[in-house]
Amino acid sequence: MELRARIPSGPLADKWDRHRFEMKLVNPANKRRYTVLVVGSGLAGASAAASLAELGYQVRCFCFQDSPRRAHSIAAQGGINAAKNYQNDGDSIWRLFYDTIKGGDFRAREANVYRLAQISVDIIDQCVAQGVPFAREYSGYLANRSFGGAQVSRTFYARGQTGQQLLLGAYQALCKEIARGTVVMHPRTEMLDLILVDGRCRGIVTRNLVTGEVLAHVADAVVLATGGYGNVFYLSTNARGSNVTATYRAWKRGAAFGNPCFTQIHPTCIPVSGDYQSKLTLMSESLRNDGRVWVPRQAGDHRAPHEIPEPERDYYLERKYPSFGNLSPRDIASRAAKEVCDEGRGVGPGGRGVFLDFADAIARLGRETIEERYGNLFEMYQRITDENPYRVPMRIYPAVHYTMGGLWVDYNLMSTIPGLHVLGEANFSDHGANRLGASALMQGLADGYFIIPVTIGDYLATTRLEKITTDHPEVRGAMEAVERRTSRLLSVRGSRTVDSFHRELGSLLWDKCGMARTAGGLTEALRRIPEIRAEFWENVTVPGSDAHLNQALEKANRVADYLEFAELMCRDALHREESCGGHFREEHQTPDGEASRDDDRFAYVAAWEYAGDGAEPVLHREPLVFENVQLAQRSYK
Amino acid sequence: MPFGRFWSSTIGKKVVMAVTGIVLVGYILAHVTANLLIFAGAAAIDAYAAKLRTLPLLLWGVRVVLLLSVVLHVVAAAQLAVRARAARPTSYRRFEPQASNATSRTMRWGGVALLLFLIYHILHFTTGQAHPAFVHLAPYHNVTTAFRVWWVAAIYIAAMVALAMHLYHGTWSMFQTLGIAHARVNVARRRLATIIAVLVPLGFVSVPIAVLVGLLR
Amino acid sequence: MTTLHLKLLVWRQAGPHAAGRFVRYDAPDLSPDMSFLEMLDVVNERLIAQGEEPIAFDHDCREGICGSCGLVINGVAHGPMRGTATCQLHLRSFRSGQEVVIEPWRAKAFPVVRDLIVDRGALDRIIAAGGYISARTGGVPDANAVLVPKDDADAAMDAAACIGCGACVAACPNASASLFAAAKIAHLGLMPQGQPERPERVLRMVTQMDMEGFGNCTNIGECQEACPKLISIDVIARMNRDFLRASMFGGEGRVTGGGEA
Repeated sequence: MELRARIPSGPLADKWDRHRFEMKLVNPANKRRYTVLVVGSGLAGASAAASLAELGYQVRCFCFQDSPRRAHSIAAQGGINAAKNYQNDGDSIWRLFYDTIKGGDFRAREANVYRLAQISVDIIDQCVAQGVPFAREYSGYLANRSFGGAQVSRTFYARGQTGQQLLLGAYQALCKEIARGTVVMHPRTEMLDLILVDGRCRGIVTRNLVTGEVLAHVADAVVLATGGYGNVFYLSTNARGSNVTATYRAWKRGAAFGNPCFTQIHPTCIPVSGDYQSKLTLMSESLRNDGRVWVPRQAGDHRAPHEIPEPERDYYLERKYPSFGNLSPRDIASRAAKEVCDEGRGVGPGGRGVFLDFADAIARLGRETIEERYGNLFEMYQRITDENPYRVPMRIYPAVHYTMGGLWVDYNLMSTIPGLHVLGEANFSDHGANRLGASALMQGLADGYFIIPVTIGDYLATTRLEKITTDHPEVRGAMEAVERRTSRLLSVRGSRTVDSFHRELGSLLWDKCGMARTAGGLTEALRRIPEIRAEFWENVTVPGSDAHLNQALEKANRVADYLEFAELMCRDALHREESCGGHFREEHQTPDGEASRDDDRFAYVAAWEYAGDGAEPVLHREPLVFENVQLAQRSYK
Repeated sequence: MPFGRFWSSTIGKKVVMAVTGIVLVGYILAHVTANLLIFAGAAAIDAYAAKLRTLPLLLWGVRVVLLLSVVLHVVAAAQLAVRARAARPTSYRRFEPQASNATSRTMRWGGVALLLFLIYHILHFTTGQAHPAFVHLAPYHNVTTAFRVWWVAAIYIAAMVALAMHLYHGTWSMFQTLGIAHARVNVARRRLATIIAVLVPLGFVSVPIAVLVGLLR
Repeated sequence: MTTLHLKLLVWRQAGPHAAGRFVRYDAPDLSPDMSFLEMLDVVNERLIAQGEEPIAFDHDCREGICGSCGLVINGVAHGPMRGTATCQLHLRSFRSGQEVVIEPWRAKAFPVVRDLIVDRGALDRIIAAGGYISARTGGVPDANAVLVPKDDADAAMDAAACIGCGACVAACPNASASLFAAAKIAHLGLMPQGQPERPERVLRMVTQMDMEGFGNCTNIGECQEACPKLISIDVIARMNRDFLRASMFGGEGRVTGGGEA
């Protein structure tokens, strides 16, 4: 396998323009002869499907939810970054580019990140034109807020529901095309395999989740926009249905997987309350603007927070990072919380939690101001925990939130399988080893609205594709593989539920491949995962049949993939003998406990190639070349 | 948009109900005011009845408009009710209303009751078939003789309770259907609906009660 | 730690054309901190362990924003807590020993797919009929070229908060989708960008809504009580007004400002 990133030559700022000129175009009249499949209907998928259809392509779009509007992009709260410099505070495309690449701990491609910053301004224009109700000043102009990892105010937002509003904008654009007949929507349909003909991606195999029908869809190109794999940890802030299946099956068909160990742990989530816990809820990062994070100074101090006098409290973020304090970046704040809990100073049931205290802010600003700023978040917190955060400090703990890793793509967002394009969180491209707040929405929409509509044309215009039908032997083969696997899952009839395996895998990964990793722990995980997997295939029980809506079967299918994918993650984490961003190897830290990057050995993208069941995957390296930024140690002291 | 398409839409039918509702509310306001003339004595109200007969164009004009309004109001309501029933073929085993009240939930059956009452009322006081001692153009006599019979008075009083309920939701609802709703006007329209729903039926029942207690002879 | 014991009465239906029935399930040893859906997870785990098929229900984000979940719990859409989707409802809202009746959304336009899952495709088709602003990707003006008064943007956001769960339909005695359609019409109609298509939008969306077999609005307000985002029925009045105006003036009846609520 050869990794050809296809980064255009020339100065950074001109690369995208120049590339757009150099790419081949498809004649407008010919576009309707091409069929493109878009898998996933989140920000990236919906915006891609709508934009491709507007250009004239025949589009089919797939989602496992009952409606494209429910994709998990909808849950993003905070906002979307754009280098508009509406605040006149010194922002620029260059600054957004630099913040993003530094925030990612220098593990992303310069050219991709620069293009993202360039396109960010067009996204806001597009969304406003669609009627997205962004927050406004009294003058009627757009409002901005600040976000972590940046010193300028460049985040656009729609209350705490920015993801929802952006997704509804893209969804409505998609609906408009569905009504025109240019997009055929397939809801409650899950992609289970990829179809390759002559080494090119020519379609997908799906299962209709209502009827169980397995179908093949052939096309000229496929776009995967299926999100991240945070649910491999079982507990995460992802939706319950978010899964790795589409990207993992693509990997098994030959698409390289980039940096699978780069996962983001978000510091402000509501702690786990019991074994029954099904998901973790994020509390917006903005809370750290006014809340102070602390734990008792003494391990085992179980007094109520108001009974602990000031000198016996440890405001550890303020103590360790005096200049950034409570606003330290996500990876750093998460690790610090883990550290104090490991020392036995955690609070709440189980001791996995730290206080986020608003008492000072309420005393300083008054309850009304705090209510105005965070009222809806406080309400949500109280609804879940039954505790009133105006009176007692919130309890928070880090949780898996986002995955920077994903299928490897070139500058055109095409994977190592020709014809297979990957967008949004599903690809590995723009966030390096750590994603900054308000950047995920930006990337999803940049990929979907502005990049793929152009780059897919270049692929189609420069590729000769034979006509194929669903009778093709490769198509039949893929369908049969899917059917075999489904019946195998149903035939085990063991005694353990799918969820019990998923929970077991999740807690193992959280332990060994979570916020802090060691060679010993990862080796242990690599030994345990195949054991859990073996027991799964011997002892799982999936009731019902494949001929009707069967949620247990859907889950089993996904968990079976997690049980393989987890190994790839741990393998990647084990091989990366450095600490960077969300990947913290305890062996590689500075004397004062900070991440220690090794640019000489690891300034590359790790792209893993599938080499057959039971065989070790093959590592390919795409060196990261930094011509425009100086590699520097991130310091927030 | 042609009226046919407008009428075939649910909102179109609701608008027709709201507009005819306004006509009917306007009419009953006039009606109740005229009824109160009875307290001024037989001469006053009988003269008023006689006067109306001298204005046949007005009288019949009003009658045609009212008849048309009632027909449209009832037909639209019936069609919408059939539609709403079809929209939920399986009903809930348990359903706990959270916002609606007795007045809004009884609009349909209350409306049917009012329609039946209306027919009786016309046969009773306008054409006289349902009145054993009917005298043409002698409303004072007709009313007082009728309400001396306790169960006739009871029918009227019960009907006015139904009318109060219908007006309480209907008057408020008209504005909503016609698109007049805003935080600023919502309080006012609730108040207006309450006033109409209380005063109009009160005005009407004052007559049978006055007859029953012997105030009107 | 106190535990809760609920007596569930759950609608089970094998498929769209199968006959459904209520089945009793005993659910002991529950934690009051569990969410309602986590309680169903626990019940399902126990069912699967006994070799029975789990209760099918829609759910995804479990933080009240995706709109997937929706159950009628003891006769109330989304259960007893106001302004809260089913996934954010916790068992502390229930008493131990209580009977809990769980039913799917019931409407002709929402046929049951299985157990507690219904097909809400009708809502997507209402949006596809006109619930958008036709702004092709690219070729739009700078975001600050169009000013939106803050009050309008806020009112638009109030309406745009709709999560498309369908609770308004479920709670309406007429199974009307008026609140859903009206929320989108209000959101787009309050924005200056939404004005050119405003008359056409309301006519097409209302026609689609009627075609899907939803009932009419009788202005009784059950929908706004059931709405997890507490969207006000004032948006329905606005839709009626837009519909009336568009019916009378058609495409010519354009209004220039989105100012009034």
